[in-house]
Amino acid sequence: MLATALGSPAAFGQSQFAFVRGNAFEAKVKADGGTELLRLLVERLGGGAEAAAVAAVPDLTAAGPEGRAARTALALREATAAGSWTLLDHPMLALEVAGSPAYLEPDAVVVHPDGTWTVVEIKSFPMIDSSADAAKVGAAARQSAVYVLALERVAAMTEGAEVGHRVLLVCPKDFSNLPTASVVDVRKQRAVTSRQLTRLTRVEDIADALPEGTTFDPGCSAEELGTAVESVPAAYAPECLAACELAFHCRAKARAEGAVEALGRSVRGELGGLTTVAGVLAAAAGKEGDPADPTVAALRRAAALRAEALAGVDGGVPCH
Amino acid sequence: MSLISTLARLEAVDSGRAQPLATVRHRHLTDGPLVLVPLTTAGEAGAPLGALVGTDRAAPRLLAVAQPRDRDLRFAFLAELAEAVLPHIESYADVVEPAERSEVDPGTGKKVKVEVELCADAAQLIVPSRAGIDFVRLLGRSMRFRRTAEDDPDTPYPAPARVPLLGRWMTHYGERARVPGSSLLLAATDLLNRHWATGQSSLEDQHLGALLAWVDPPDGEPGAAAALRAELERDRDGQLVCPPAGPATDPAFDNRLLAPAIERYDRARAALAAAEDALDADTRLGELSGAEREIRSLLAGVLLPTWDAVWRGIDLLRELPEGTRAEDRWTRDRWSFTAHRDRVRAGEPPQPRRDDAVTAAQKLAARETAQAQLDAQEALDDPLVLAGRRLAGEAFIGEVTEVEMAYSESKRPSPRPLVTVRTDERPHLGERTKVYRSLDGRPQTAEFVGYATEDAGHAEPEGTVHLVLRITDRMGRSKEPAPGSVPEPGDRIAWTLFEHDQRGGPKLPDPEDTPWTHGGPPGAAGGGHAEQPDPVTAEDIL
Repeated sequence: MLATALGSPAAFGQSQFAFVRGNAFEAKVKADGGTELLRLLVERLGGGAEAAAVAAVPDLTAAGPEGRAARTALALREATAAGSWTLLDHPMLALEVAGSPAYLEPDAVVVHPDGTWTVVEIKSFPMIDSSADAAKVGAAARQSAVYVLALERVAAMTEGAEVGHRVLLVCPKDFSNLPTASVVDVRKQRAVTSRQLTRLTRVEDIADALPEGTTFDPGCSAEELGTAVESVPAAYAPECLAACELAFHCRAKARAEGAVEALGRSVRGELGGLTTVAGVLAAAAGKEGDPADPTVAALRRAAALRAEALAGVDGGVPCH
Repeated sequence: MSLISTLARLEAVDSGRAQPLATVRHRHLTDGPLVLVPLTTAGEAGAPLGALVGTDRAAPRLLAVAQPRDRDLRFAFLAELAEAVLPHIESYADVVEPAERSEVDPGTGKKVKVEVELCADAAQLIVPSRAGIDFVRLLGRSMRFRRTAEDDPDTPYPAPARVPLLGRWMTHYGERARVPGSSLLLAATDLLNRHWATGQSSLEDQHLGALLAWVDPPDGEPGAAAALRAELERDRDGQLVCPPAGPATDPAFDNRLLAPAIERYDRARAALAAAEDALDADTRLGELSGAEREIRSLLAGVLLPTWDAVWRGIDLLRELPEGTRAEDRWTRDRWSFTAHRDRVRAGEPPQPRRDDAVTAAQKLAARETAQAQLDAQEALDDPLVLAGRRLAGEAFIGEVTEVEMAYSESKRPSPRPLVTVRTDERPHLGERTKVYRSLDGRPQTAEFVGYATEDAGHAEPEGTVHLVLRITDRMGRSKEPAPGSVPEPGDRIAWTLFEHDQRGGPKLPDPEDTPWTHGGPPGAAGGGHAEQPDPVTAEDIL
């Protein structure tokens, strides 16, 4: 809404076809009290354990996210104490992000009889010949890593509990609707996320830094909102386009400022201290910059070589 | 991204239109490429939604699936796709020229020349984007293990006759597209990105509409503004004016237009099934075909802009003259095409789900060789690409100032002339580093001897160096070098530090000599088990 009010709407949305399929697949995987899911889990992660024919599926309904999170924590403790296979269908977990609580809802968490908790992520992209799209698996792993972090907060307060760092990714097999599963080790993603979470600026600190009276009410004029959004520093990179609704707004700003990052993060690294398009071009043309600076010298050589090659197209550099 | 292409991107930002990254076309384009613009159903793995296909830009063939969840309709689509694609492929399969290939004689173990057929040209397939290439692979995988009623009369849900064959060809094309520099299956975005640098990031360059907006902005509009319109502009119904180039569709299109149309189709079909008499059925049939027409026209609406964009891209590329050595790479594509034709004709089974270790190793080695070859050939064909290599110190251009005759120290002295070259470049030369130049299209080798001391008499511009190179080959067998084989003072010559021709690595041992750790015997025995078709379930779509 804010992006639309700013005049740079971003297109995010899910096709109802994909939505319906995703839900249908998840329902199929969890059908019959999770028998099939548990079979897959024991097969891939059981370590020789026998699958329980039936797992306990506690009721997790409660009022509000806090209530559901508390209910989930209780169910996890009970299941760990009971030492039996338990399937938590859509539990609610709380994780502190930048100083404010965020509520997360994994597809499922399974409690093993030995007290291990395993995150289960159900995705509707196919696993064809036992391999799936690397980008999608990566995204699923990052998502699961956040759930693992949130679960660890609960496990720390539960005796005998341990959160498994290997999560179970369940996908449709080949071109069918039959589920298949693969174990994904998320230790790395967990470490990265954990580090990022500790480094995040707290929301209160960001809010404190804003000028008095700043509002992000989409009802305000585009101009007012523009000023408001500008008061929060943001570092645009093209990767933002896939993830953030304000990306087109930030891109327009970055381009207007002539920031070289708008062409990609790697570009910035290549250009050393030069950060604007105009600055780089002026340096390359020999109008600005210190020739002793290796970046400037390389740029000038690049510009000269490029000009020579392009000029030679008609006249011809008789090299070959 | 190298600094020189980064600079091109910055120039594009500044000028508002894409800047050249190449002065010649580095990919071969046939006279009649087959363009395929596929669409898929969101969230489903093997459920195509529709496609435009054809070799004539004015007459695309529209294929559509009115209800992607219906197996029969999907099979009908694939059968129709086979009828659109296979005749094109087969029209190239029979036009052959004689060629020679060296093979190892199994009896003597010596290399002998064998007369074989080589297809005079190969069928070229062009899709809009990289996702389109992946989709061709996916379709290939989904079709090649299917059984037709003829293969196995008892097979449940038999596939139409030519569908498995199309699957094998699409698999081959998809696999070939992974070889650097190959042109059997190309993506329009890759083609444009190879030849132009836009003022946006490489991520944004994957959007065919935005990319074209930079390369060929309409009416002098700045590229950034035109690209933004291509990315975001929507009509009054909230539909993108420039729909995604597929195979994924825009969610707004799915939700607002397609889903209701498919629902109407389903209702019409149910009504037809429930019709009580012939007259009633007739009316219902009319409604059904009306619903189907509606879906077809919706799909055509989102496919046509992409279809036109692909052809516009091809037009732009045809304006560039083809690089000399692109033809050489196309010949390799023709070999690949011919080899697959022969495998199909020999009745070999479809490509396996997973390559065995030896095949995988061979493919990887072939791709590495192809990459090195592509890098070398592009630089030799194109001064702009060479400029990038010169900047990196992997090539240099210099003027010959002096040639001194010298001879090798052996019983039969051969010419080893010393050539002094003046250049202001800084190639990464070490003692006896080999450098190469192109002499009548073939590489001549020289080795770096050292830096010459500059003449005190001449006032040289700062940064100029004199390199002494010793020419070591291609001068003929006699004592005096063959005419024209030694550079003369005043010649401006481009030297490269990389080899012009790539030899593949050593040949892998035969399967029987390959240890089991590397996929050889025991048990391998030439892949004795045939691949089984995918199991089918009564309802295979969710």
